[in-house]
Amino acid sequence: MDNFTVGIVVFPGSNCDRDVSWALEGCLDIRTKYLWHESSDLSDVDAIVLPGGFSYGDYLRCGAIARFSPLINALDDFVKSGKRVLGICNGFQILTESGFLPGALVANKNLNFICDDVELDIVSSKGGWFNNGDEKQTIKLPIAHGEGRYHCDSDTLKKLVDNELIALRYKNNPNGSSFDIAGITNEKGNVLGLMPHPERACDETIGGTDGVFTLKSLILK
Amino acid sequence: MDQFAVKVFVRLRPSVLDPAGEATKFASIKLGAEGIKSLRIGKMIEVKIEGNGENEVREKIDLLCDRLFANTVIEDYEYSLEKL
Repeated sequence: MDNFTVGIVVFPGSNCDRDVSWALEGCLDIRTKYLWHESSDLSDVDAIVLPGGFSYGDYLRCGAIARFSPLINALDDFVKSGKRVLGICNGFQILTESGFLPGALVANKNLNFICDDVELDIVSSKGGWFNNGDEKQTIKLPIAHGEGRYHCDSDTLKKLVDNELIALRYKNNPNGSSFDIAGITNEKGNVLGLMPHPERACDETIGGTDGVFTLKSLILK
Repeated sequence: MDQFAVKVFVRLRPSVLDPAGEATKFASIKLGAEGIKSLRIGKMIEVKIEGNGENEVREKIDLLCDRLFANTVIEDYEYSLEKL
């Protein structure tokens, strides 16, 4: 496990890439490597984080242009091989735009950019992304987004519920998301997309450690 | 090769809430406009494109709309095409 390396994808406009690196390296002692979005060589990373930010200035739709980068094209085989991919905020938007996760993220119901700490219920243990030591079922993580309202049609929602793909739900829905959804996984469980920022909750001195388990779980097989 | 001017209209699906449209509707009423029943905001994309005839160009535009211009999970699209 010593050489386990998490690739952090950098798009033009990413702005949480360094936060993720700091949290993984500084708080959790997990090695990281930045991956420029034009690279398609994923051979020396064992897991991937798509960080938050505003890839391509959110032009057209959030995540819509990033989807066509060489790295996202290469992600298909990476995901099929069972390796873990975590999309945070803009990373979640990219995962839905590129079809790795169902649904879409649209403008918050109240049109505000919401920057706050929110309470979240852990709904599914699929993929083991939230297996914290004391089996807490409610965690607190920061959110910071203008387009975080999860939307999907009723058939997709039924599929998400029936297959236990909903990972996190807001306790007090801040943005109008369908079914209070804050994060979902793919069917295999190796891809997680969520709007909250676990990398901003990895140190008690900056407001909590509830994000630790999600980042730590990147090294799960 | 023929050249075409294409206007693509991308709209949020009727089932998707449009908060920007709602806010603009509210402002329109504040302005004094009466009788507004609904107001929704979409996008218009203008493309000039070359191809061998209208059918080939339509194929290209269909692909662009379906894969890039619109996210069909939340949006519908339609377009008009004019030969230049």
